[in-house]
Amino acid sequence: MTRTTRSGRIAASIAVATAVLVAAPVISIIALAMQPAPDVWQPLIEYVLPRSLLDTALLLGGVAALSLAIGTGTAWAISLHEFRGRQMLLWLVPLPLAIPTYLAAYVYVDLFEPLGLVHRTLSLWLPLQDAVRVLPNLRSLPGAILVIALVLYPYVYLSARTMFQFQSAEFTEAAKTLGAGRWTTFWRISLPMARPALAVGIALVSLETLNDIGASEYLGVRTLTVSVFTTWLNRGSLAGAAQLSCFMLAIVAGLIAIERYGRRNVTTEFSAESPRLTQRTTLAGIKGGLAFAACLLPVCLGFLVPLLYLAHQSFKRGLFANFDMALWRDAFNSVAFASLATLAALLLGFATILAWRWRPNRLRFVAMNIAQLGYTLPGLVLALGLLAPVLAIDNALNALAASLGRSLPGLVMVGSGAAVVIAYVIRFLAVPTGFIKAGFERIPRDYDDSARAVGAGQTTTMRLIHLPLLRPAMLGAVIVVFVDCLKELPATLLLRPLNVETLATSIYQYASRGSFEEGALAALLIVAASIGPVAWLTRFSDIPSGPA
Amino acid sequence: MLNSRAFTATAALLCFTAFGASPASADGEVNVYTYRETKLIQPLFDAFTKDTGVKVNVVSASSGLEQRMKAEGANSPADVLLTVDIGRIDEAVQADVTQPIKSVVIDEIVPAQYRDPDGHWAGISMRARVIYASKDRVKQDKITYEELADPKWKGKICIRSGQHIYNNGLFAAYTAKYGEAKAEEWLKGVKANLAQKPSGGDREAARDVAAGKCDIGIGNTYYWALMMNNDPEKKPWAEATKVILPTFEGGGTHVNLSGVLLAKHAPNKANGVKLIEWLAGEKAQQIYADSNYEYPVRAGVAVNPTIAGYGKLTADPLPIAKIAANRKAASTLVDKVGFDN
Repeated sequence: MTRTTRSGRIAASIAVATAVLVAAPVISIIALAMQPAPDVWQPLIEYVLPRSLLDTALLLGGVAALSLAIGTGTAWAISLHEFRGRQMLLWLVPLPLAIPTYLAAYVYVDLFEPLGLVHRTLSLWLPLQDAVRVLPNLRSLPGAILVIALVLYPYVYLSARTMFQFQSAEFTEAAKTLGAGRWTTFWRISLPMARPALAVGIALVSLETLNDIGASEYLGVRTLTVSVFTTWLNRGSLAGAAQLSCFMLAIVAGLIAIERYGRRNVTTEFSAESPRLTQRTTLAGIKGGLAFAACLLPVCLGFLVPLLYLAHQSFKRGLFANFDMALWRDAFNSVAFASLATLAALLLGFATILAWRWRPNRLRFVAMNIAQLGYTLPGLVLALGLLAPVLAIDNALNALAASLGRSLPGLVMVGSGAAVVIAYVIRFLAVPTGFIKAGFERIPRDYDDSARAVGAGQTTTMRLIHLPLLRPAMLGAVIVVFVDCLKELPATLLLRPLNVETLATSIYQYASRGSFEEGALAALLIVAASIGPVAWLTRFSDIPSGPA
Repeated sequence: MLNSRAFTATAALLCFTAFGASPASADGEVNVYTYRETKLIQPLFDAFTKDTGVKVNVVSASSGLEQRMKAEGANSPADVLLTVDIGRIDEAVQADVTQPIKSVVIDEIVPAQYRDPDGHWAGISMRARVIYASKDRVKQDKITYEELADPKWKGKICIRSGQHIYNNGLFAAYTAKYGEAKAEEWLKGVKANLAQKPSGGDREAARDVAAGKCDIGIGNTYYWALMMNNDPEKKPWAEATKVILPTFEGGGTHVNLSGVLLAKHAPNKANGVKLIEWLAGEKAQQIYADSNYEYPVRAGVAVNPTIAGYGKLTADPLPIAKIAANRKAASTLVDKVGFDN
């Protein structure tokens, strides 16, 4: 593994180019932050930061804990047990991924608002004023934790499941012969072995939470992201907002470091000698029923309730009957942007990890880590950071055209929507890199060595060994990125070209007028477009129980 | 990885996106960046196109448009920027992305109070920040903004986030009138009277009054009319409340503007000015008044009957520019007194 081949050099170049691409908006934000913002920091430090740091920490911790509990619990039950209804759960449990956090927030606030469905039901037994008092206030930190975790837990579920189902039987069987029960095996064997996957899942959940602005703002939780937003808008200080963003980047770097530390010294390659997988335990009767019900509950709350509510609103308002044809166009834009971005992110992510796998050196290590940074930028900040470099290209193109005496092309990158796609790629690149890296970590280096011993080159090894083994990880990445792109809001709002709407921006417009129910059909379309890929993912992720 | 069919599909998508690009400047077109929602503004643009034959291209967003214009620089396709409040007007002017409109039509139609002395912006519609009071529980028919801090309202007021642009405008007006120290005192008083943590939007203020959570809510004039006339489901929210036009002591009601600005590098400048003048015209002003229940800036255009039913509006005489200058101070005060916590 010392000689650098041509394909190795290509992969390395792509890795470095990718890192540059991701670093561009970060550098641009740092440059913005260098500008003085003297009258911004003093009040921020005095009145805003202590509270928003605490709120952010509590929100992140709460969401991480709750989605860890739900995600691991469901993944463990479904991967290592057999019970009635399991097949159905396989494709149901990840479905909340199809619900954007902001949509979940809109729906739940509507349901639990005064004079809303729950309140009106309660007031059948209680006087109106008393009923309003017992209503839980979702516009609070606990409310935000609950709502956000209910739609983000599938990130943990998906990564945990991949890990659980490929766990070698010898460990669990060894535990069993030593007299360990199911729970002991879970706590002492399965969970520690799944730790790297859980770390990836939790990292995704935390970053998604940190990035979220729609839901936390709507639910009245003043996180750092919301502070960036108000600093920029109400104090008119882009520099101040950029400085706050840099501060957030530092926190994220800390989170990532913790995640790395948590994964130190963990070998997760499955045994090369006996790749025999754990046989699923059958749960009969009441136990099976309980397992089914427990797994179904988060699906109901995170997916079915929002879906039914949206469908109900659409029916009630006659949105199906008076179908707005503009919605098809919005849907097409959403899918087109998302597909292009997904494809690009997958290829770039794969090349980046491959470069590291083939020839680990410091440059490639740095490139690989930078590639995952985009996820840490709030969409809004990313869009702002991206404007300068993208427009520099556009302006250079115009200058070139002018010097050649050609007619000016205008803003090519921004005008064509390329800027939106680039923003998506940067923002979500961490997903394929994370998934593929985790996937590679499960492939023993022995395989590569054996392949080389029989004379296979790097590319052949990749084609015949890596790619087939990486398929679940890659499919997972594709689904997550595609669905994430469909849901992305702030960067799309800021970077989309004239006359272009996506489903997300269309719903947002209704919501900002305070009547998001009128956008219920657009919301349903986002969900519908996401259900397919999410369900498709689960078709590939299940493997037969034990050896064939 | 890629089979040929997937590749073809991808290539087709790429081509579609690339050819979707439209040139910044074209005859008979005007490019508008707007904070107004497309659905609301589209009827106006359609009418404009019908009248003049000029096609309107639109980007709407909730934030950052002036930063985008600034970054796009000389190649920016934007001709006209439409805002929903004075804060954004101010921000665009500060960002140096506008040029004087230079239109005698605008100078004649729009009262000086609602125009930039240097001609960089003009208001094209107005709304007032008012009180939705419980019909059952509030006997008063007159309330001053100062009075909102009176302990008699303890636990009875509902309002959205103090950082929201509409509240920011009102608080900035208070700060402009009385100075920071008094404004801080007042905000503390209002905060002490809140029935719940600031949340939701203006409609929710009416809803919470209807549900008995509070007695008075703060909202804009048009939301109430929209609930009353255009949304059968929310009509009960409006019906439970009456709209009171509050005033400053010895002054008038706080109004905010939807403004229009001409982009510094407007590639279709003539059409931009044409659109701005058209928006101030009688037809557009009537559409504004009747479709979004706003007060027209132009004299002689009838206020919608629902809005007229609130009583006669006496707008506070404080110049809009002075309110805009106090935005940052007001925003800081909101954080200082922990209004949203």
